[in-house]
Amino acid sequence: MTTGHAGSTPDPSADVTRAEYCVIACAEIFSGAGETMASPMATTPLIGARLARLTTEPDLLITDGEALIFADTPAVGKSGPIEGWMPFRKVFDVVASGRRHVVMGANQIDRYGNQNLSAFGPLQHPTRQMFGSRGAPGNTINHPTSYWVAKHSARVFGGVVDVVSGVGYDKIDADNPAFKYLNIPRVVTNLGVFDFEGPDHTMRAVSLHPGVDAAEVAENTGFEVAGLADAGVTRAPNAEELRLIREVIDPKGLREKEVKPVSTSRTAR
Amino acid sequence: MATDKTSSLDDIIGEISSGMTIGIGGWGSRRKPMALVRALARSSVTDLTIVTYGGPDLGLLCAAGKVSKAYYGFVSLDSPPFYDPWFAKARTTGAITVREMDEGMVKCGLEAAAARLPFLPIRAGLGSDVPNFWDGELRTVTSPYPDDDGRHQTLIAMPALQLDAAFVHLDLADRHGNAAYTGIDPYFDDLYCAAATRRYLETDRLVTTEELVEKVPVQRLLLNRLNVDRVVHTPNGAHFTFAGEYGRDEAFQQFYAESAKTPEAWQAFSDRFLTVPEDVYQTEVDKWNAEREDAQ
Repeated sequence: MTTGHAGSTPDPSADVTRAEYCVIACAEIFSGAGETMASPMATTPLIGARLARLTTEPDLLITDGEALIFADTPAVGKSGPIEGWMPFRKVFDVVASGRRHVVMGANQIDRYGNQNLSAFGPLQHPTRQMFGSRGAPGNTINHPTSYWVAKHSARVFGGVVDVVSGVGYDKIDADNPAFKYLNIPRVVTNLGVFDFEGPDHTMRAVSLHPGVDAAEVAENTGFEVAGLADAGVTRAPNAEELRLIREVIDPKGLREKEVKPVSTSRTAR
Repeated sequence: MATDKTSSLDDIIGEISSGMTIGIGGWGSRRKPMALVRALARSSVTDLTIVTYGGPDLGLLCAAGKVSKAYYGFVSLDSPPFYDPWFAKARTTGAITVREMDEGMVKCGLEAAAARLPFLPIRAGLGSDVPNFWDGELRTVTSPYPDDDGRHQTLIAMPALQLDAAFVHLDLADRHGNAAYTGIDPYFDDLYCAAATRRYLETDRLVTTEELVEKVPVQRLLLNRLNVDRVVHTPNGAHFTFAGEYGRDEAFQQFYAESAKTPEAWQAFSDRFLTVPEDVYQTEVDKWNAEREDAQ
């Protein structure tokens, strides 16, 4: 890693917050994405997508969340020069084309990657109503879909989701090639980075953020997480990434509101 | 000279009968035909099936007990508290039957109806709980053409979302049904009109045809005369959602959501803002905003 500010910041990772590790993990969701539309649906993955665009993935398309495609990479909540038009009806064309990687939130995710943001309880008589299925069925069946969970808990990562909005790996009909694009590359949470490369496409720990141990993840997950004992540590941002996060993309520190500050020292627990 | 289609809200609601399927344009809390929705909520019609990218339109109709069935991709107020309280109440009490679907399936179903096709194939919905929301009404279709590997794709056969009536709000229109949006997004209002038997357009500004085509680039002329049966002039008609020339009334939308929390608060809201004619509604909203500013 090159560190343009090495002189002024001898140890750039010393005071890195949990939220900043989450941003790095979200940026890496887009590693190798190339010329594709990055559609982050919350603050932390939005910062991550813009960080990726300003570092290793300059060809990503990003929008203002309404209908405009940004030419530049503005700070969170800011506008800037545009390069194109992306009204909702055209978003559905992009979804069907597969040239998109969305990062959605989730009220529930199960061990096979089934996700719920619709409602809790029976389909026609729910106990709690949320958004309905939104674009989750179309996203998951068409193009890479990752998830961001700001508060990793056994309520979110429980047993079986009440409503399957986002399709998981155990729903794939192997005889039907219409399922061939289902791909859930990552789940990033305040505790770590996960994928679905465990046995039978179950959720697997890729890395835990500094200060998080396997026991904390296990306590907060309602099913067994594959590879938990062997998971590495989420990498630290380099000085340039920290500068971009803190000074360019999120100078107001909105990331710290989404992910509560915690000690990043491994000895703290 | 082409037909003058200008009408009153009452003229339009007079053509709506109980049991109809009505598509409502806009998206979430964006450019919803709220004046028409309010008029429908005040009317005596019941047992409606609503097709929508849902927002407070669906909420208000649920509050008025008008909805028996809803087809939607989502329901959102687009800003806190996000979940519409009246839609939530209708759902958690089991008052409505829903045909929830992926957002892309709504567009697909309207396009099928617009082209007078019984269905269109779509990938979205496969593997999810969407088919389970449809209680057997949603089927699959297998391609007659194999993929390169010799296998055949089986896809969702999205049925045509045929509408008895469509309600849409456009920013400006002429008397004949030519109309344009001035905001950033057309949403799907042309598809709702194309999918419907009767097409009702409300507009903030009623202008001459010459003024209409002078005001906007031709690409903004979303509707032509073939798409519209009646035009109603409703200044600020999309309130409290946003339209091309005004923003969302966030404070009033929050007040709407707050008012849903108790029967007393809702009665007060309803007495002041819902059981009244549209012009009184607009006057009361102005007063409400002035009172709020005075209080601050």
